[in-house]
Amino acid sequence: MKPFAYERPDDAARAVATVAADTGAVFLAGGTNLVDHLRLGIAAPSTLVDVTGLTSAEITDLPDGGLRIGAGVRNADLAADERVRRRYPALAQALLAGASGQLRNMATTGGNLLQRTRCSYFQDLTTPCNKREPGAGCAALEGWARHHAVLGATHEPAGVACVATHPSDMAVALVALDAQVHVLGPDGERTVPAGRLHRLPGDDPARDTVLAHGELITAVDLPPSAIAARSAYRKVRDRASFAFALVSVAAALDVDAGGTVRDARIALGGVAHVPWRATAAEQALVGGPATDDAFRAAARAELVDARPVESPRGGTAFKLPLVTATLAATLRDLAVREETA
Amino acid sequence: MKVDVSLTVDGRHHRLAVDTRTTVLDALREHLDVTSPKKGCDHGQCGACTVLLDGRRTLSCLSLACAHDGAEITTADGLAPDGELHPVAQAFLDHDAYQCGYCTPGQICSAVGMLAEAAAGAPSIVSGDLTAPVDLDRAEIAERLSGNLCRCGAYAHIVDAVSEVAP
Repeated sequence: MKPFAYERPDDAARAVATVAADTGAVFLAGGTNLVDHLRLGIAAPSTLVDVTGLTSAEITDLPDGGLRIGAGVRNADLAADERVRRRYPALAQALLAGASGQLRNMATTGGNLLQRTRCSYFQDLTTPCNKREPGAGCAALEGWARHHAVLGATHEPAGVACVATHPSDMAVALVALDAQVHVLGPDGERTVPAGRLHRLPGDDPARDTVLAHGELITAVDLPPSAIAARSAYRKVRDRASFAFALVSVAAALDVDAGGTVRDARIALGGVAHVPWRATAAEQALVGGPATDDAFRAAARAELVDARPVESPRGGTAFKLPLVTATLAATLRDLAVREETA
Repeated sequence: MKVDVSLTVDGRHHRLAVDTRTTVLDALREHLDVTSPKKGCDHGQCGACTVLLDGRRTLSCLSLACAHDGAEITTADGLAPDGELHPVAQAFLDHDAYQCGYCTPGQICSAVGMLAEAAAGAPSIVSGDLTAPVDLDRAEIAERLSGNLCRCGAYAHIVDAVSEVAP
Protein backbone atom coordinates (compact mmCIF):
# COMPACT_ATOMS: atom_id res chain seq x y z
CA MET A 1 0.00 0.00 0.00
CA LYS A 2 1.35 3.44 -0.93
CA PRO A 3 1.60 5.99 1.91
CA PHE A 4 -1.25 8.48 2.24
CA ALA A 5 -2.36 11.28 4.54
CA TYR A 6 -5.60 11.00 6.48
CA GLU A 7 -7.90 13.93 7.14
CA ARG A 8 -11.20 14.31 8.90
CA PRO A 9 -12.69 17.75 8.16
CA ASP A 10 -15.36 19.30 10.38
CA ASP A 11 -18.11 19.38 7.77
CA ALA A 12 -19.08 18.16 4.31
CA ALA A 13 -18.33 21.51 2.61
CA ARG A 14 -14.75 21.45 3.88
CA ALA A 15 -14.37 17.81 2.81
CA VAL A 16 -15.56 18.75 -0.69
CA ALA A 17 -13.21 21.75 -0.85
CA THR A 18 -10.28 19.58 0.27
CA VAL A 19 -10.85 16.86 -2.34
CA ALA A 20 -11.75 19.32 -5.13
CA ALA A 21 -8.47 21.17 -4.58
CA ASP A 22 -6.28 18.05 -4.73
CA THR A 23 -6.42 15.59 -7.64
CA GLY A 24 -4.74 12.99 -5.40
CA ALA A 25 -7.36 13.17 -2.66
CA VAL A 26 -10.34 10.84 -2.39
CA PHE A 27 -13.31 10.49 -0.04
CA LEU A 28 -13.38 7.61 2.44
CA ALA A 29 -16.72 6.34 3.77
CA GLY A 30 -17.26 2.69 4.80
CA GLY A 31 -14.03 1.71 3.06
CA THR A 32 -15.18 -1.75 2.00
CA ASN A 33 -14.13 -1.21 -1.61
CA LEU A 34 -11.56 1.59 -1.27
CA VAL A 35 -9.41 -0.09 1.41
CA ASP A 36 -9.25 -3.20 -0.76
CA HIS A 37 -8.23 -1.04 -3.75
CA LEU A 38 -5.47 0.59 -1.68
CA ARG A 39 -4.15 -2.86 -0.88
CA LEU A 40 -4.47 -4.15 -4.46
CA GLY A 41 -2.77 -1.04 -5.82
CA ILE A 42 -5.77 -0.04 -7.93
CA ALA A 43 -6.04 3.22 -5.98
CA ALA A 44 -3.03 5.17 -4.74
CA PRO A 45 -4.40 8.46 -3.36
CA SER A 46 -2.19 11.00 -1.60
CA THR A 47 -4.91 11.82 0.93
CA LEU A 48 -7.99 10.09 2.30
CA VAL A 49 -10.69 12.52 3.36
CA ASP A 50 -12.95 10.71 5.80
CA VAL A 51 -16.59 11.77 5.40
CA THR A 52 -17.92 9.46 8.11
CA GLY A 53 -20.27 11.55 10.22
CA LEU A 54 -20.22 14.45 7.73
CA THR A 55 -23.28 13.30 5.79
CA SER A 56 -26.51 12.21 7.45
CA ALA A 57 -26.84 8.67 8.77
CA GLU A 58 -30.62 9.14 9.15
CA ILE A 59 -33.62 8.14 7.03
CA THR A 60 -36.26 10.87 7.18
CA ASP A 61 -39.81 11.26 5.85
CA LEU A 62 -40.17 13.86 3.10
CA PRO A 63 -43.23 16.16 3.03
CA ASP A 64 -44.34 14.63 -0.31
CA GLY A 65 -44.51 11.14 1.23
CA GLY A 66 -41.12 9.98 0.00
CA LEU A 67 -38.00 9.14 2.02
CA ARG A 68 -34.62 10.83 2.27
CA ILE A 69 -31.71 8.49 2.89
CA GLY A 70 -28.57 10.15 4.23
CA ALA A 71 -25.45 9.13 2.30
CA GLY A 72 -23.97 7.88 5.57
CA VAL A 73 -26.79 5.41 6.26
CA ARG A 74 -25.30 1.92 6.48
CA ASN A 75 -26.65 -0.70 4.08
CA ALA A 76 -27.81 -2.89 6.98
CA ASP A 77 -29.76 -0.03 8.55
CA LEU A 78 -31.39 0.92 5.26
CA ALA A 79 -32.49 -2.67 4.62
CA ALA A 80 -33.89 -2.98 8.15
CA ASP A 81 -35.84 0.29 8.08
CA GLU A 82 -39.54 -0.47 8.53
CA ARG A 83 -40.62 2.16 5.97
CA VAL A 84 -38.23 0.82 3.33
CA ARG A 85 -39.37 -2.74 3.95
CA ARG A 86 -43.05 -1.84 3.57
CA ARG A 87 -42.97 0.87 0.92
CA TYR A 88 -39.88 -0.04 -1.16
CA PRO A 89 -39.42 -3.81 -0.73
CA ALA A 90 -37.24 -4.12 -3.86
CA LEU A 91 -34.69 -1.84 -2.20
CA ALA A 92 -34.64 -3.81 1.06
CA GLN A 93 -34.28 -7.08 -0.88
CA ALA A 94 -31.53 -5.69 -3.13
CA LEU A 95 -29.53 -4.58 -0.10
CA LEU A 96 -30.02 -7.92 1.66
CA ALA A 97 -29.00 -9.79 -1.51
CA GLY A 98 -25.69 -7.91 -1.55
CA ALA A 99 -22.40 -8.70 0.18
CA SER A 100 -22.40 -10.19 3.70
CA GLY A 101 -23.76 -9.20 7.10
CA GLN A 102 -20.43 -7.67 8.11
CA LEU A 103 -20.05 -5.68 4.88
CA ARG A 104 -23.62 -4.39 5.09
CA ASN A 105 -22.84 -3.07 8.57
CA MET A 106 -19.89 -1.10 7.15
CA ALA A 107 -20.94 0.01 3.65
CA THR A 108 -22.79 3.30 3.24
CA THR A 109 -25.46 4.41 0.78
CA GLY A 110 -23.13 6.85 -0.96
CA GLY A 111 -20.24 4.41 -1.07
CA ASN A 112 -22.41 1.59 -2.38
CA LEU A 113 -23.38 3.76 -5.38
CA LEU A 114 -19.75 4.62 -6.04
CA GLN A 115 -18.26 1.14 -5.68
CA ARG A 116 -16.27 0.04 -8.70
CA THR A 117 -16.56 -2.98 -10.96
CA ARG A 118 -15.40 -6.36 -9.68
CA CYS A 119 -14.11 -7.29 -13.18
CA SER A 120 -11.23 -9.60 -12.28
CA TYR A 121 -8.98 -7.96 -14.89
CA PHE A 122 -9.67 -4.48 -13.47
CA GLN A 123 -8.61 -5.84 -10.09
CA ASP A 124 -5.49 -7.60 -11.42
CA LEU A 125 -2.65 -5.15 -12.02
CA THR A 126 -0.80 -7.67 -14.20
CA THR A 127 -3.44 -7.60 -16.95
CA PRO A 128 -4.39 -4.77 -19.33
CA CYS A 129 -7.48 -2.77 -18.40
CA ASN A 130 -8.71 0.42 -20.05
CA LYS A 131 -10.66 1.38 -16.94
CA ARG A 132 -7.57 1.21 -14.73
CA GLU A 133 -5.04 2.36 -17.32
CA PRO A 134 -6.62 4.16 -20.31
CA GLY A 135 -5.32 2.83 -23.63
CA ALA A 136 -3.91 -0.40 -22.20
CA GLY A 137 -6.54 -2.69 -23.74
CA CYS A 138 -9.14 -5.05 -22.27
CA ALA A 139 -8.11 -8.51 -21.06
CA ALA A 140 -11.71 -9.58 -20.49
CA LEU A 141 -12.46 -9.70 -24.24
CA GLU A 142 -10.05 -12.61 -24.64
CA GLY A 143 -10.26 -13.86 -21.08
CA TRP A 144 -12.52 -15.48 -18.57
CA ALA A 145 -15.63 -13.43 -19.20
CA ARG A 146 -18.56 -14.35 -17.02
CA HIS A 147 -19.51 -11.34 -14.89
CA HIS A 148 -19.32 -9.10 -17.94
CA ALA A 149 -21.77 -7.03 -19.93
CA VAL A 150 -24.29 -7.78 -22.65
CA LEU A 151 -25.71 -4.25 -23.02
CA GLY A 152 -24.09 -0.88 -23.71
CA ALA A 153 -20.48 -2.09 -23.60
CA THR A 154 -17.62 -0.87 -25.77
CA HIS A 155 -16.10 -3.82 -27.69
CA GLU A 156 -13.80 -1.82 -29.95
CA PRO A 157 -11.48 -0.11 -30.63
CA ALA A 158 -9.09 -1.97 -28.35
CA GLY A 159 -7.77 1.18 -26.66
CA VAL A 160 -11.14 2.08 -25.14
CA ALA A 161 -12.90 -1.32 -24.98
CA CYS A 162 -14.67 -2.08 -21.70
CA VAL A 163 -17.18 -4.82 -20.94
CA ALA A 164 -17.22 -4.33 -17.15
CA THR A 165 -20.47 -4.38 -15.17
CA HIS A 166 -21.55 -2.26 -12.23
CA PRO A 167 -21.63 -4.56 -9.19
CA SER A 168 -24.19 -2.87 -6.92
CA ASP A 169 -27.51 -4.51 -6.13
CA MET A 170 -28.81 -1.45 -4.26
CA ALA A 171 -28.27 0.81 -7.27
CA VAL A 172 -30.42 -1.44 -9.48
CA ALA A 173 -33.36 -1.01 -7.10
CA LEU A 174 -32.76 2.75 -6.79
CA VAL A 175 -32.82 3.12 -10.59
CA ALA A 176 -36.06 1.12 -10.88
CA LEU A 177 -37.63 3.20 -8.09
CA ASP A 178 -36.70 6.55 -9.72
CA ALA A 179 -34.49 7.70 -6.84
CA GLN A 180 -32.78 11.09 -6.93
CA VAL A 181 -29.19 11.53 -5.80
CA HIS A 182 -28.16 14.73 -4.00
CA VAL A 183 -24.62 15.85 -4.68
CA LEU A 184 -22.53 18.56 -3.05
CA GLY A 185 -19.71 20.05 -5.11
CA PRO A 186 -17.36 22.99 -4.75
CA ASP A 187 -19.92 25.18 -6.57
CA GLY A 188 -22.92 24.04 -4.56
CA GLU A 189 -25.60 21.36 -4.65
CA ARG A 190 -27.21 19.54 -7.53
CA THR A 191 -29.52 16.57 -7.98
CA VAL A 192 -28.89 13.70 -10.38
CA PRO A 193 -31.49 11.00 -11.13
CA ALA A 194 -30.14 7.61 -9.98
CA GLY A 195 -30.61 6.40 -13.57
CA ARG A 196 -28.24 9.09 -14.83
CA LEU A 197 -25.55 8.83 -12.13
CA HIS A 198 -23.60 6.02 -13.77
CA ARG A 199 -22.42 6.24 -17.37
CA LEU A 200 -21.75 3.75 -20.15
CA PRO A 201 -18.06 3.26 -20.94
CA GLY A 202 -18.26 4.98 -24.34
CA ASP A 203 -14.72 6.04 -25.23
CA ASP A 204 -13.78 6.85 -21.61
CA PRO A 205 -14.23 3.67 -19.53
CA ALA A 206 -12.13 5.06 -16.66
CA ARG A 207 -15.11 7.18 -15.61
CA ASP A 208 -17.84 5.26 -13.81
CA THR A 209 -20.20 8.16 -13.07
CA VAL A 210 -21.08 11.68 -14.16
CA LEU A 211 -19.69 13.12 -10.91
CA ALA A 212 -16.73 15.47 -11.09
CA HIS A 213 -13.70 15.04 -8.85
CA GLY A 214 -14.64 16.50 -5.47
CA GLU A 215 -18.38 16.02 -5.78
CA LEU A 216 -19.83 14.21 -2.77
CA ILE A 217 -23.11 12.29 -2.57
CA THR A 218 -24.97 13.64 0.47
CA ALA A 219 -28.37 11.92 0.26
CA VAL A 220 -30.69 9.82 -1.90
CA ASP A 221 -34.41 10.58 -2.16
CA LEU A 222 -37.03 7.93 -2.84
CA PRO A 223 -40.12 9.50 -4.42
CA PRO A 224 -43.58 8.61 -3.07
CA SER A 225 -44.83 5.75 -5.21
CA ALA A 226 -47.77 3.40 -4.90
CA ILE A 227 -46.23 0.95 -7.36
CA ALA A 228 -43.02 0.75 -5.30
CA ALA A 229 -44.89 -1.12 -2.56
CA ARG A 230 -45.42 -3.89 -5.14
CA SER A 231 -41.80 -4.25 -6.09
CA ALA A 232 -39.26 -7.05 -5.78
CA TYR A 233 -35.61 -7.81 -6.41
CA ARG A 234 -34.42 -11.13 -7.78
CA LYS A 235 -30.75 -12.05 -8.07
CA VAL A 236 -29.07 -14.94 -9.87
CA ARG A 237 -25.51 -15.77 -8.82
CA ASP A 238 -22.94 -18.55 -8.91
CA ARG A 239 -23.39 -19.46 -5.24
CA ALA A 240 -26.36 -19.26 -2.89
CA SER A 241 -25.13 -16.19 -0.98
CA PHE A 242 -22.32 -13.61 -0.79
CA ALA A 243 -21.64 -13.37 -4.52
CA PHE A 244 -22.10 -10.70 -7.15
CA ALA A 245 -25.01 -10.96 -9.57
CA LEU A 246 -24.71 -12.72 -12.89
CA VAL A 247 -28.09 -11.18 -13.61
CA SER A 248 -30.51 -9.36 -11.32
CA VAL A 249 -33.89 -7.72 -11.75
CA ALA A 250 -35.56 -4.96 -9.74
CA ALA A 251 -39.17 -4.57 -10.81
CA ALA A 252 -42.50 -3.11 -9.79
CA LEU A 253 -45.76 -4.01 -11.45
CA ASP A 254 -49.30 -2.64 -11.44
CA VAL A 255 -51.95 -4.89 -13.01
CA ASP A 256 -55.64 -3.97 -13.25
CA ALA A 257 -58.54 -6.27 -12.35
CA GLY A 258 -58.80 -7.45 -15.95
CA GLY A 259 -55.20 -8.65 -15.99
CA THR A 260 -53.81 -5.75 -18.04
CA VAL A 261 -50.51 -4.14 -17.05
CA ARG A 262 -51.16 -0.53 -16.02
CA ASP A 263 -47.60 0.37 -15.12
CA ALA A 264 -44.18 -1.25 -14.79
CA ARG A 265 -40.72 -0.29 -13.51
CA ILE A 266 -37.77 -2.48 -14.41
CA ALA A 267 -34.01 -2.26 -13.96
CA LEU A 268 -31.38 -4.93 -14.62
CA GLY A 269 -28.14 -5.66 -12.79
CA GLY A 270 -25.09 -7.60 -13.92
CA VAL A 271 -25.62 -6.76 -17.58
CA ALA A 272 -24.01 -3.36 -18.14
CA HIS A 273 -21.56 -0.69 -16.98
CA VAL A 274 -24.59 0.94 -15.34
CA PRO A 275 -27.61 -0.32 -13.41
CA TRP A 276 -29.68 -0.72 -16.58
CA ARG A 277 -33.14 0.85 -16.72
CA ALA A 278 -35.17 -1.41 -19.00
CA THR A 279 -37.39 1.20 -20.66
CA ALA A 280 -38.03 -0.92 -23.77
CA ALA A 281 -39.31 -3.75 -21.60
CA GLU A 282 -41.50 -1.35 -19.60
CA GLN A 283 -43.02 0.08 -22.78
CA ALA A 284 -43.62 -3.40 -24.19
CA LEU A 285 -45.54 -4.39 -21.06
CA VAL A 286 -47.82 -1.42 -20.42
CA GLY A 287 -51.30 -1.93 -21.87
CA GLY A 288 -50.70 -5.61 -22.55
CA PRO A 289 -51.64 -8.78 -20.67
CA ALA A 290 -49.74 -9.80 -17.52
CA THR A 291 -48.81 -13.19 -18.94
CA ASP A 292 -45.61 -15.15 -19.06
CA ASP A 293 -45.46 -14.79 -22.86
CA ALA A 294 -45.73 -11.01 -22.53
CA PHE A 295 -43.05 -10.92 -19.83
CA ARG A 296 -40.67 -12.89 -22.04
CA ALA A 297 -41.46 -10.73 -25.06
CA ALA A 298 -40.69 -7.63 -22.96
CA ALA A 299 -37.30 -9.07 -22.00
CA ARG A 300 -36.54 -9.83 -25.64
CA ALA A 301 -37.49 -6.26 -26.57
CA GLU A 302 -34.94 -4.99 -24.07
CA LEU A 303 -32.26 -7.29 -25.47
CA VAL A 304 -32.67 -6.35 -29.15
CA ASP A 305 -29.34 -4.51 -29.18
CA ALA A 306 -27.55 -6.87 -26.79
CA ARG A 307 -24.03 -7.90 -27.67
CA PRO A 308 -22.50 -10.55 -25.44
CA VAL A 309 -18.77 -11.00 -24.91
CA GLU A 310 -17.60 -13.94 -26.99
CA SER A 311 -14.29 -14.95 -25.57
CA PRO A 312 -12.40 -18.17 -26.32
CA ARG A 313 -12.40 -18.79 -22.56
CA GLY A 314 -16.06 -18.15 -21.84
CA GLY A 315 -18.52 -15.48 -22.67
CA THR A 316 -21.72 -13.80 -21.62
CA ALA A 317 -24.16 -15.16 -24.23
CA PHE A 318 -25.66 -17.27 -21.42
CA LYS A 319 -26.99 -14.04 -19.89
CA LEU A 320 -29.50 -13.46 -22.70
CA PRO A 321 -31.81 -16.37 -21.81
CA LEU A 322 -30.99 -15.74 -18.14
CA VAL A 323 -32.24 -12.14 -18.31
CA THR A 324 -35.42 -13.34 -20.02
CA ALA A 325 -36.08 -16.09 -17.47
CA THR A 326 -35.21 -13.91 -14.46
CA LEU A 327 -37.32 -10.98 -15.60
CA ALA A 328 -40.27 -13.28 -16.38
CA ALA A 329 -39.97 -14.98 -12.99
CA THR A 330 -39.85 -11.64 -11.15
CA LEU A 331 -42.88 -10.25 -12.97
CA ARG A 332 -44.83 -13.52 -12.65
CA ASP A 333 -44.28 -13.44 -8.90
CA LEU A 334 -45.40 -9.82 -8.66
CA ALA A 335 -48.50 -10.48 -10.78
CA VAL A 336 -49.50 -13.48 -8.66
CA ARG A 337 -49.02 -11.46 -5.47
CA GLU A 338 -51.23 -8.73 -6.84
CA GLU A 339 -53.94 -11.23 -7.77
CA THR A 340 -53.99 -12.64 -4.25
CA ALA A 341 -53.76 -9.23 -2.52
CA MET B 1 2.24 9.29 8.09
CA LYS B 2 1.59 8.31 11.70
CA VAL B 3 -1.54 9.12 13.64
CA ASP B 4 -2.45 8.63 17.28
CA VAL B 5 -5.51 6.50 17.93
CA SER B 6 -7.14 5.19 21.04
CA LEU B 7 -8.92 1.85 20.97
CA THR B 8 -10.73 -0.03 23.69
CA VAL B 9 -10.15 -3.72 23.05
CA ASP B 10 -11.94 -6.34 25.13
CA GLY B 11 -12.36 -3.76 27.90
CA ARG B 12 -8.77 -2.50 27.90
CA HIS B 13 -7.85 1.02 26.80
CA HIS B 14 -4.92 1.48 24.46
CA ARG B 15 -3.28 4.53 22.91
CA LEU B 16 -1.03 3.86 19.98
CA ALA B 17 0.66 5.63 17.09
CA VAL B 18 -0.04 3.83 13.81
CA ASP B 19 0.77 4.40 10.16
CA THR B 20 -2.36 5.57 8.31
CA ARG B 21 -2.19 2.33 6.30
CA THR B 22 -2.61 0.12 9.38
CA THR B 23 -5.89 -1.76 9.48
CA VAL B 24 -7.75 -2.46 12.70
CA LEU B 25 -6.79 -6.12 12.19
CA ASP B 26 -3.07 -5.32 12.01
CA ALA B 27 -3.35 -2.87 14.92
CA LEU B 28 -4.88 -5.66 17.01
CA ARG B 29 -2.54 -8.45 15.97
CA GLU B 30 0.77 -6.67 15.35
CA HIS B 31 0.60 -3.74 17.75
CA LEU B 32 -1.53 -4.99 20.64
CA ASP B 33 -0.86 -8.75 20.50
CA VAL B 34 -4.58 -9.46 20.36
CA THR B 35 -4.46 -12.48 18.08
CA SER B 36 -7.95 -13.98 18.22
CA PRO B 37 -9.08 -12.13 15.07
CA LYS B 38 -7.39 -13.98 12.19
CA LYS B 39 -6.03 -12.81 8.87
CA GLY B 40 -7.51 -15.05 6.19
CA CYS B 41 -7.96 -13.38 2.81
CA ASP B 42 -7.28 -9.75 3.87
CA HIS B 43 -9.84 -8.68 1.24
CA GLY B 44 -13.17 -8.89 3.10
CA GLN B 45 -14.11 -12.17 1.50
CA CYS B 46 -13.64 -14.74 4.28
CA GLY B 47 -14.78 -13.21 7.60
CA ALA B 48 -11.92 -14.65 9.70
CA CYS B 49 -11.07 -11.14 10.94
CA THR B 50 -14.61 -10.40 12.19
CA VAL B 51 -14.81 -8.40 15.43
CA LEU B 52 -17.60 -6.44 17.08
CA LEU B 53 -16.79 -2.77 16.48
CA ASP B 54 -19.00 -0.43 18.48
CA GLY B 55 -21.30 -3.42 18.94
CA ARG B 56 -21.65 -4.45 15.30
CA ARG B 57 -19.92 -7.27 13.45
CA THR B 58 -17.28 -5.71 11.25
CA LEU B 59 -14.43 -6.85 9.02
CA SER B 60 -11.30 -5.57 10.76
CA CYS B 61 -9.18 -6.19 7.61
CA LEU B 62 -11.11 -3.52 5.66
CA SER B 63 -11.20 -1.00 8.53
CA LEU B 64 -8.39 1.52 8.80
CA ALA B 65 -7.31 2.08 12.40
CA CYS B 66 -6.96 5.85 11.82
CA ALA B 67 -10.64 6.00 10.83
CA HIS B 68 -11.75 4.24 14.04
CA ASP B 69 -10.16 6.40 16.72
CA GLY B 70 -12.09 5.89 19.94
CA ALA B 71 -13.73 2.63 18.84
CA GLU B 72 -14.86 -0.07 21.26
CA ILE B 73 -13.76 -3.43 19.90
CA THR B 74 -14.75 -6.85 21.18
CA THR B 75 -12.91 -9.87 19.84
CA ALA B 76 -13.86 -13.51 20.35
CA ASP B 77 -11.40 -13.46 23.25
CA GLY B 78 -13.30 -10.71 25.06
CA LEU B 79 -16.86 -11.96 24.70
CA ALA B 80 -16.81 -13.47 28.20
CA PRO B 81 -14.75 -12.79 31.33
CA ASP B 82 -11.40 -14.58 31.72
CA GLY B 83 -11.84 -18.28 32.25
CA GLU B 84 -15.43 -18.37 31.05
CA LEU B 85 -16.96 -19.15 27.68
CA HIS B 86 -19.61 -17.10 25.93
CA PRO B 87 -22.73 -19.26 25.25
CA VAL B 88 -21.99 -19.14 21.51
CA ALA B 89 -18.41 -20.33 22.09
CA GLN B 90 -19.69 -23.09 24.37
CA ALA B 91 -22.17 -24.18 21.68
CA PHE B 92 -19.34 -24.36 19.12
CA LEU B 93 -17.46 -26.66 21.52
CA ASP B 94 -20.52 -28.79 22.26
CA HIS B 95 -21.34 -29.25 18.57
CA ASP B 96 -17.79 -29.73 17.28
CA ALA B 97 -18.41 -26.71 15.03
CA TYR B 98 -14.87 -26.45 13.66
CA GLN B 99 -12.00 -28.53 12.45
CA CYS B 100 -8.77 -26.53 12.21
CA GLY B 101 -10.26 -23.64 14.19
CA TYR B 102 -8.74 -20.80 12.17
CA CYS B 103 -12.09 -19.29 11.15
CA THR B 104 -13.72 -19.97 14.54
CA PRO B 105 -13.10 -16.63 16.35
CA GLY B 106 -14.56 -14.81 13.33
CA GLN B 107 -17.46 -17.27 13.13
CA ILE B 108 -18.26 -16.74 16.82
CA CYS B 109 -18.09 -12.93 16.65
CA SER B 110 -20.21 -13.01 13.51
CA ALA B 111 -22.79 -15.28 15.17
CA VAL B 112 -22.96 -13.02 18.24
CA GLY B 113 -23.47 -9.96 16.03
CA MET B 114 -25.99 -11.78 13.86
CA LEU B 115 -28.08 -12.88 16.86
CA ALA B 116 -28.31 -9.26 18.00
CA GLU B 117 -29.36 -8.15 14.50
CA ALA B 118 -32.05 -10.84 14.37
CA ALA B 119 -33.25 -9.92 17.88
CA ALA B 120 -33.70 -6.34 16.63
CA GLY B 121 -35.94 -7.68 13.85
CA ALA B 122 -33.59 -7.33 10.86
CA PRO B 123 -34.78 -9.44 7.91
CA SER B 124 -32.57 -11.43 5.52
CA ILE B 125 -32.89 -12.21 1.83
CA VAL B 126 -34.32 -15.66 2.62
CA SER B 127 -37.03 -14.23 4.88
CA GLY B 128 -40.26 -14.86 2.96
CA ASP B 129 -41.97 -11.83 4.47
CA LEU B 130 -39.72 -8.82 5.03
CA THR B 131 -41.95 -7.50 7.81
CA ALA B 132 -42.64 -10.74 9.71
CA PRO B 133 -40.87 -11.56 13.00
CA VAL B 134 -37.53 -13.30 12.48
CA ASP B 135 -37.51 -17.09 12.80
CA LEU B 136 -33.90 -18.25 12.82
CA ASP B 137 -34.28 -21.60 11.06
CA ARG B 138 -31.31 -23.32 9.41
CA ALA B 139 -31.73 -21.46 6.12
CA GLU B 140 -31.79 -18.11 7.92
CA ILE B 141 -28.69 -18.94 9.97
CA ALA B 142 -26.77 -20.13 6.90
CA GLU B 143 -27.70 -16.99 4.95
CA ARG B 144 -26.90 -14.60 7.79
CA LEU B 145 -23.50 -16.21 8.38
CA SER B 146 -22.56 -16.44 4.68
CA GLY B 147 -19.81 -13.85 5.20
CA ASN B 148 -17.79 -16.38 7.19
CA LEU B 149 -16.09 -19.07 5.16
CA CYS B 150 -14.84 -22.33 6.66
CA ARG B 151 -12.33 -24.13 4.46
CA CYS B 152 -12.71 -27.29 6.52
CA GLY B 153 -16.41 -27.25 5.70
CA ALA B 154 -17.76 -27.38 9.26
CA TYR B 155 -20.88 -25.51 8.18
CA ALA B 156 -23.39 -28.20 9.21
CA HIS B 157 -22.09 -28.21 12.78
CA ILE B 158 -21.80 -24.40 12.86
CA VAL B 159 -25.49 -24.17 12.00
CA ASP B 160 -26.21 -26.77 14.74
CA ALA B 161 -24.28 -24.69 17.28
CA VAL B 162 -25.93 -21.41 16.37
CA SER B 163 -29.36 -23.08 16.27
CA GLU B 164 -28.89 -24.10 19.88
CA VAL B 165 -28.29 -20.55 21.11
CA ALA B 166 -30.82 -18.93 18.75
CA PRO B 167 -34.14 -18.03 20.41
